[in-house]
Amino acid sequence: MNVYAIKAIYLFEMARTWRTLMQSIASPVLSTSLYFIVFGAAIGSRMASIEGVSYGAFIVPGLIMLSILTESISNASFGIYMPKFTGTIYELLSAPISALETVIGYVGAAATKSIIIGTIILITARLFVDFSIEHPFWMITFLILTSITFSLFGFIIGIWADSFQKLQVVPLMIVTPLAFLGGSFYSISMLPPFWQKVALFNPVVYLVSGFRWSFYGVADVDVGVSLGMTFLFLLACLAGVWWIFRTGYRIKA
Amino acid sequence: MKLLDSLETPRRSSASDPIISVSGLSKTYASGFQALGNVDLDIRRGEIFALLGPNGAGKTSLISIICGIVNPSTGRVLADGHDIVRDYRAARTIIGLVPQELTTDAFETVWATVNFSRGLFGKPRNPAYIEKILKDLSLWEKKDSKIMTLSGGMKRRVMIAKALSHEPKILFLDEPTAGVDVELRRDMWEMVRRLRESGVTIILTTHYIEEAEEMADRIGVISKGEIILVEDKDVLMQKLGKKQLTLHLQSPLRALPPDLRSDNLLLSEDGSELVYTFDTQSDETGIAGLLRALSKHGIDFKDLQTKESSLEEIFVSLVRGRP
Repeated sequence: MNVYAIKAIYLFEMARTWRTLMQSIASPVLSTSLYFIVFGAAIGSRMASIEGVSYGAFIVPGLIMLSILTESISNASFGIYMPKFTGTIYELLSAPISALETVIGYVGAAATKSIIIGTIILITARLFVDFSIEHPFWMITFLILTSITFSLFGFIIGIWADSFQKLQVVPLMIVTPLAFLGGSFYSISMLPPFWQKVALFNPVVYLVSGFRWSFYGVADVDVGVSLGMTFLFLLACLAGVWWIFRTGYRIKA
Repeated sequence: MKLLDSLETPRRSSASDPIISVSGLSKTYASGFQALGNVDLDIRRGEIFALLGPNGAGKTSLISIICGIVNPSTGRVLADGHDIVRDYRAARTIIGLVPQELTTDAFETVWATVNFSRGLFGKPRNPAYIEKILKDLSLWEKKDSKIMTLSGGMKRRVMIAKALSHEPKILFLDEPTAGVDVELRRDMWEMVRRLRESGVTIILTTHYIEEAEEMADRIGVISKGEIILVEDKDVLMQKLGKKQLTLHLQSPLRALPPDLRSDNLLLSEDGSELVYTFDTQSDETGIAGLLRALSKHGIDFKDLQTKESSLEEIFVSLVRGRP
């Protein structure tokens, strides 16, 4: 195991985070605060509580998930896309490192950043609304698993993308709609029966539901199913990354 | 016997073994373009080897395969006895690469990027060593500068510093002086020589024949994906070198006497010079005969000089398939 290489990649990526502090941490915090002001305070005050949870508190887990999904994908995809774009990937390819070490370095850094952002948003949210966390252990488990899974997913997108446009298109056109329709701002039980069925095909539903359960003990789907689905996505992304390195897809001629 | 030799793996490396051994290497890209066809090449320990060839000859493909950036189609490469595919960690740890393109992280500092490279190649931090490299490359004053603020020549040196950061035994320099001014090129040559003295084997590719002529111990010529020649530089110069004898005539000649006409003897346009081309390797250069014939015809000359053909001329004739 080339531990020095993992450390080098991890610290390099984290240094990029600190260097672009405004953009990488301040902006997600700002946009989340805006959501709280609009949905939590302005609109939320006129809404009834959902399953005994005030609307402002209800959207907290969904908002954190929303940020984690988008941030994990954009960080991890950008992290591996840039060396491809500038050509510095030659060094990575010529270094004595395995695929696993490369992934631990890049995905580890992206996931770390997401966890930091998630935690900051959690603290920021506390300034706007009152909430409690019933199952802190599971809350942290969901947070970490989701960060890793979607950082892996971002890594795959970064490898796949051969233009900045492609880098943007998946987060913007697929992930954001799925996150919005995945019950971040509402319970899917509020949907007509047909759309409830459709919603079950949306992977984000399981993530948000499980995460919300860890806060308030209420969930759209059984928490066991949520956890199982989260692991399933993790495995799917691992398989994707494994395939990429096995075939050298888009990184090696 | 030969079969047994090739089965006997892993081999122990010794000082007399080649440090890099390429055998039967070929590469066909997905597009169907064959960049390399059945290349065999041994690089000796501690030498400076220059790989010469026109654009698209396969120089960069060969280097990229040895360094692990491109997968080979067939064949194998041993770096200090380590197979570059099966035993890639050991092989890559001892290789440093300076690619042709200036690709650097714009926003990183020189210090950060060179230390990053060392870590990537599996070595613990060693600030004293990195300091030495940066000082050797005259980059120490710039260690806290962002790479994007540096000049092209400095960026090139940053890339060399990165390639040297993990103390490699083998250094690949792909077109190291492309787009580098004359003064810096001299500095670079000086640095390469110092590296060789410290025991590093250096393989460089170049367009500049002058560079190979100036630096290399051995020269390989690659054309259309095949190594067409590998030779000690001096031997190559001697073997393929043609010499030219130029005679400055006392009085201009209008035409050569018929019995002197040959492909090897040319009269300059103004008739004041005779240029005779001969092969340095042959026993009979024909100079004595020529001089006798000239005196028989009463052609006097006031001065004479001989000139050896440069590597460039040799190279051009080789690549055109006319040795």
